[in-house]
Amino acid sequence: MSRVESKSTHPSGDNRFKLLDRAITKHNATGNALIEVLHAAQGIFGYLENDLLIYIAHKLKLPLSRVYGVATFYHFFRLKPNGKHAFVLCTGTACYVKGAGAIQQKLEHHCNVKFGETTPDKNISLISARCVGSCGLAPVAVLDNAVVGKLTPETALQRVKQWEEKSEEVPS
Amino acid sequence: MTLEDLNELAEKELERQKNFKNRLLYCSAAGCVSCGSNATRDAFKKSLKEKGLDKEVEVLGTGCMGLCGEGPLVKVGSDDTLYQRVDENAAARIVDEHLLNANKVAENLINPDDPFFASQMKIVLENCGKINAESIEEYIAAGGYQALAKALTEMSQDEVIDEVRKSGLRGRGGAGYPTGLKWGIVRKAKGDQKYVICNADEGDPGAFMDRSVLEGDPHRILEGMALAGYAVGASQGYIYVRAEYPMAIERLKLAIKHAERLGLLGNRIFESQFNFRIDLRIGAGAFVCGEETALIRSIEGRRGRPRPRPPYPSEKGLFGAPTLLNNVETYANIAPIINRGSAWFASIGTPKSTGTKVFALAGKIKNTGLIEVPMGIPLRKIIFDIGGGTPEGTEFKAAQTGGPSGGCIPNDHLDIPVDYESLATVGSIMGSGGMIVMDSESRMVDVAKYFMEFCADESCGKCVPCRVGTKHIYLLLDKISNGKATQDDIALLEELCVMVKETSLCGLGQSAPNPVLSTLRFFRHEYEELLKPALHFEQSEKSR
Repeated sequence: MSRVESKSTHPSGDNRFKLLDRAITKHNATGNALIEVLHAAQGIFGYLENDLLIYIAHKLKLPLSRVYGVATFYHFFRLKPNGKHAFVLCTGTACYVKGAGAIQQKLEHHCNVKFGETTPDKNISLISARCVGSCGLAPVAVLDNAVVGKLTPETALQRVKQWEEKSEEVPS
Repeated sequence: MTLEDLNELAEKELERQKNFKNRLLYCSAAGCVSCGSNATRDAFKKSLKEKGLDKEVEVLGTGCMGLCGEGPLVKVGSDDTLYQRVDENAAARIVDEHLLNANKVAENLINPDDPFFASQMKIVLENCGKINAESIEEYIAAGGYQALAKALTEMSQDEVIDEVRKSGLRGRGGAGYPTGLKWGIVRKAKGDQKYVICNADEGDPGAFMDRSVLEGDPHRILEGMALAGYAVGASQGYIYVRAEYPMAIERLKLAIKHAERLGLLGNRIFESQFNFRIDLRIGAGAFVCGEETALIRSIEGRRGRPRPRPPYPSEKGLFGAPTLLNNVETYANIAPIINRGSAWFASIGTPKSTGTKVFALAGKIKNTGLIEVPMGIPLRKIIFDIGGGTPEGTEFKAAQTGGPSGGCIPNDHLDIPVDYESLATVGSIMGSGGMIVMDSESRMVDVAKYFMEFCADESCGKCVPCRVGTKHIYLLLDKISNGKATQDDIALLEELCVMVKETSLCGLGQSAPNPVLSTLRFFRHEYEELLKPALHFEQSEKSR
């Protein structure tokens, strides 16, 4: 067993699979730990692509249908990569009452994509969240992991424009 | 670890705290962090160092202090002077004026006699905003783990259950099932292995009570769960917490590690025969997982789909074993009940709804934040005294409790007492504690539509009434709000609501129509104003 583990764990030679294997071993490679393993995999790879799901199914000795079923059931798991920046708008009740809808419209209009999508240049993802639990500061958004409260359509747009300018500065 | 060791630890910690002349507490809960409380902390540390006070003043991050809308909040000194909106400049001023010259900084001062604080009563939140959430020693110094020690050394399992039953505590997750009764059933259930689960999957949009408790006083939950484990005979506990709460997850992990190190979790706790471990399970964003059977499935690593009950989880739950499932706030009440006795707890609130309830006040209200009030307090008092009413120039219209499963309570009914039964009489529910205030700008049809969109999206799809019904209710509401509906559509809407309510499998579907039914009951005119005039037969013929 240990001999197998010390070798490269994935034919691609991608070292990230070693991290994933460690997480799987930590949970004794049981099917009960599927959600924990998917969390770990998304943390390591950023999103869950099909090959990764096949790999996990194999490791946990589960049918792929169950792995795919769980990955698609929960909102938190992403099957597609996010853009460089993520604008996660809270659509909870408090934010709704305080006008998150107007922010949503403004950003969708500006970026020309709907919430749940990424701009074609893969720079900005618009994501809607159920409730981030900072209702006292509604309307709230999580911009690249930083919670920003008391937004207006204008300040939200300003933030997005800043991201756009940054990506223009560094031509890829 | 024995009781003597515990007391010694507490004394040592109190001794350590005495070495500092002053304590400076800043709120490090999610709300204040997003207002920049980390920058405030750094400013304090820098300023204290400059003035040479860094050895005399201890700077600590605590849990939620309540008034989330006015953050970052800071508490200074032995009299707990509370400051609001403390930015970096204000931090420097507080050091200069308050700590050096004992003059309070009037600009940022919060009046402690403000009704926001005066009308509250804190049991669940008593440590939140007072102790460092990341230090087990501080929790022990504040009387933590005394209840566990008492139960394990002096009380039998049945005595613990009896105490909880006599306290009259009811489940704080929303349904209000008597906690002691539930514990008794799990205790009596046959099985070598039993489980204790804490439901921290706070899915209601607009609710953040559990998050604040987990972030501000995580050990309280661990202690409550250990007490439950002892009472029902379980040796393993799980906390199912939302992935959306990264800070709560971090603090829980730390708390479990600290408790294990001191032997307050693990084998032979307080040198008794009782072994108890707690593991975290991270949710992945599914509202339906707040339902107990769905939550159990999710812990088992499956799709979170509910199953019919009975058998109830108390008989057949996690991995088929008897399982005790309670909400965060319920567990937070256990240690105080064991410490101070059931009679004390039962004397608070109303005879049928004892104790206190934590609410998350948000929406169109002046003081947004976290409050804890005794059960039975009039709703009006919460909204106008504690909450300060709606902002200038707008008029109160309705208070929404219970999230997508609850209802809207209009002005006429504001004098009802807040307890499980009274809220049900006006078509709402206690829920887990989210309270959203709406003013004259909010259109009630759109509010109902918003909740129905949520429920339709979150329906797991297992049973037809919920999967199809919620979608069609949503489409009808959409038709109404776009002015394309007739009186017949309202009749259809009502019929559909009753059908979904009565035939759905789990709580999600059974309560999904509540926001529609309650807005129809109190704000029917708003629906009718949006109807298009009914066409007479001749007119409709002509228009062809």
